Amino acid sequence: MNMKTNNLIHAVLLGFICTILPSCERGLSGDADFATYPKNPDVFIDGFSSGLEYRPFAGSKFTAFTVDNQTKYAGSASMRFDIPNVGDPSGAFAGAIFPDNGGRDLSGFDALTFWAKASQGATLNEIGFGNDFGENKYLVALNNMRISTAWTQYTIPIPDPSKLTYEKGLFWYSEGPEGGNGYTIWIDEVKFQKLGTVAQPRPAIFDGQDKSQQTFIGVNSTVTGLTQTFNLGSGEDITVATAPSYFTFSSTNVDVARVSEKGVISIVGTGTAKITAILNGVKAKGSMTIESLGAFVAAPTPPARTPADVISVFSDAYTNIPVDFYNGYFAPFQTTLGGADLTINGDNIIQYTALNFVATEFKNPTVNVSQMTHLHVDIQIREAIDPGDFISIELGDFGANGAFGGGDDSSARVQFTSGSLTSNQWISLDIPLTSFVMASKSNMAQLFFISDATISTILVDNMYFYK
Amino acid sequence: MKRGNQSEAGSRFVTARRILLATLFAAMLSCTDDTQTVAKLNTLVMADEFDTPGAPNSTLWNYDIGTGQNGWGNNELQFYTDRASNVTVQNGYLIITAQKESYNGSSYTSARILTKGKFEQAYGRFEARMKLPWGQGVWPAFWMLGADIDSVGWPTTGEIDIMELRGQDPTVLLGTIHGPGYSGGQSISKSYTLKNGRFDTDFHVFGIEWGPSYINFYVDDVLYNQITPANVPQNCDPELFNLNQSCWVFNKPFFILINLAIGGNFVGAPNGNTVFPQTMLVDYVRVYK
Repeated sequence: MNMKTNNLIHAVLLGFICTILPSCERGLSGDADFATYPKNPDVFIDGFSSGLEYRPFAGSKFTAFTVDNQTKYAGSASMRFDIPNVGDPSGAFAGAIFPDNGGRDLSGFDALTFWAKASQGATLNEIGFGNDFGENKYLVALNNMRISTAWTQYTIPIPDPSKLTYEKGLFWYSEGPEGGNGYTIWIDEVKFQKLGTVAQPRPAIFDGQDKSQQTFIGVNSTVTGLTQTFNLGSGEDITVATAPSYFTFSSTNVDVARVSEKGVISIVGTGTAKITAILNGVKAKGSMTIESLGAFVAAPTPPARTPADVISVFSDAYTNIPVDFYNGYFAPFQTTLGGADLTINGDNIIQYTALNFVATEFKNPTVNVSQMTHLHVDIQIREAIDPGDFISIELGDFGANGAFGGGDDSSARVQFTSGSLTSNQWISLDIPLTSFVMASKSNMAQLFFISDATISTILVDNMYFYK
Repeated sequence: MKRGNQSEAGSRFVTARRILLATLFAAMLSCTDDTQTVAKLNTLVMADEFDTPGAPNSTLWNYDIGTGQNGWGNNELQFYTDRASNVTVQNGYLIITAQKESYNGSSYTSARILTKGKFEQAYGRFEARMKLPWGQGVWPAFWMLGADIDSVGWPTTGEIDIMELRGQDPTVLLGTIHGPGYSGGQSISKSYTLKNGRFDTDFHVFGIEWGPSYINFYVDDVLYNQITPANVPQNCDPELFNLNQSCWVFNKPFFILINLAIGGNFVGAPNGNTVFPQTMLVDYVRVYK
């Protein structure tokens, strides 16, 4: 909460600084000498290049990486990665970064290239460069790289080489078992190159989609789905996931929304703004049109209560019980999107869209609410209410076995029809638990909102049982 | 920039005349003219620099309109038009644009211009400076046909493809001749691959130097192929030629064509990754003798 406020202050401060800067800009004197870093393109040819280190990810199998002198594409050695089986006590996956912490100047190259093969056909989760266990400012990942048993050359293009004048993260990867089984990957001749054939850049934000959202002053969100696509000399298109710092973001109305160089969108006023981006002079496909509805009216703050009198599932006023999720995405019938991902001025709020039904689940452990008297929920319906609209709240108890199924589950629901609902303002519900007629309330584990798609967008806050 | 030592030309049908090539390369490397180092025919007889905005110069260029027969004989997918959205001159360039649009029953539109009946010449140096389109199913070409095509037909009339490119192979140029007994899949062709560049990101000069007994193919300052009468079949149909006479037909006037085709047998159809519109830019077309 505080961090987000600070970001906003920083954004505002930056705005001031930027407006001041042009008046005090000064040229470089002839004595100015920029620090330069080695332009060494080699990462791993037949051994570690100068300065290269091995740093495995926490939780990974630390011994997954070895230098293999038997199997290699060229020269005398390759990098060998032994992906663990599921259940390997030494690590659930293999993953590491290979940094040169002295930094390199990679701005003269356009791609990282390497040869790779595996002991079986597989899909490597992530591989790329720009990961330095620090800011990861220029992180690049090729996701789901298909790999076969034959040596194949791979090209991971640099989204904008001019950014990489001081890059530490030369190479990184992360991969788990395939269908539960470990296997081996060999990678060789890892180096940056100036291919001259990496062309036709097509950057994208929001996965290339033109999105829109309603929001409020004080809400922060992040530009997602950042990619850069190139056409390689082979004619193949390749798309990499790209860190925000490769992009220059802009807002059509900075009095409504500002976007930082890290792609954090801050809503500062009422109105409409469109967020777009440019990568190395090329306009990115995709945008976010923001409609800021102005100041957000928070749900009524729950009264102070003795902790023993409250079992809170979701509120900023009380200590919450462990919750598994605020949206179970139950296939195949659920359409509901969203969950507890809205924070407005430090107030955490659940937002559901495309609602038909959705469950919050708190089964680890289940909760005994038999001593409580009421369920409290604040709901705000973000659309007009039609005569047939309703919202039902359903409680689910997992019974004595504390788990779903087993013949001891019970549930009950309370329905609120259109006459008792109003739009665009908080509806505070205090429902006597006696209204939920069910076999057990000692192993409570689920709370559903059900509209059968009559109402699609709601905000939810302050879900708790009390007495 | 000298690219002579970076040639990766792969001969498929023609035995390279290594000694002659070596001589030419040596001559080229010793030459200091950076823009043209392989050609010797230097008397300009025709040039279109595309400096007048609007439609192409009508004293020089005609249009082929429509889909021809069977997609111009290749199952091409585009409908050729003379609309400015498909062909125009702007900012010193001829711009041919392939659009993805429904038009007269076709799914794509584009343009093909030709000098038939307006500029026809036997022999000489024919070249164009172009920046090419790219992507699966995109097929730009700068080429020539025999001026007697309407009386003798294709392939007897002869065809010289100075530049063809498959958009899915953005680094690979093809230079080809077609004639009686060596057309279509039996054409005499050679590719040239740019090692550190592509044909869709910068302008390149594509040309031939054509004399009575040879056609030299070059790109920029690299001569990458020579085809002579000895390379073509020697036993043409006796009704057209004397037996034991070479099927070489490049001894009469030809006209110039520039087009951007979409789909067809040579490249296959575009796919979901093919970006439209696609543009081909032509800085100039020049003919020397």
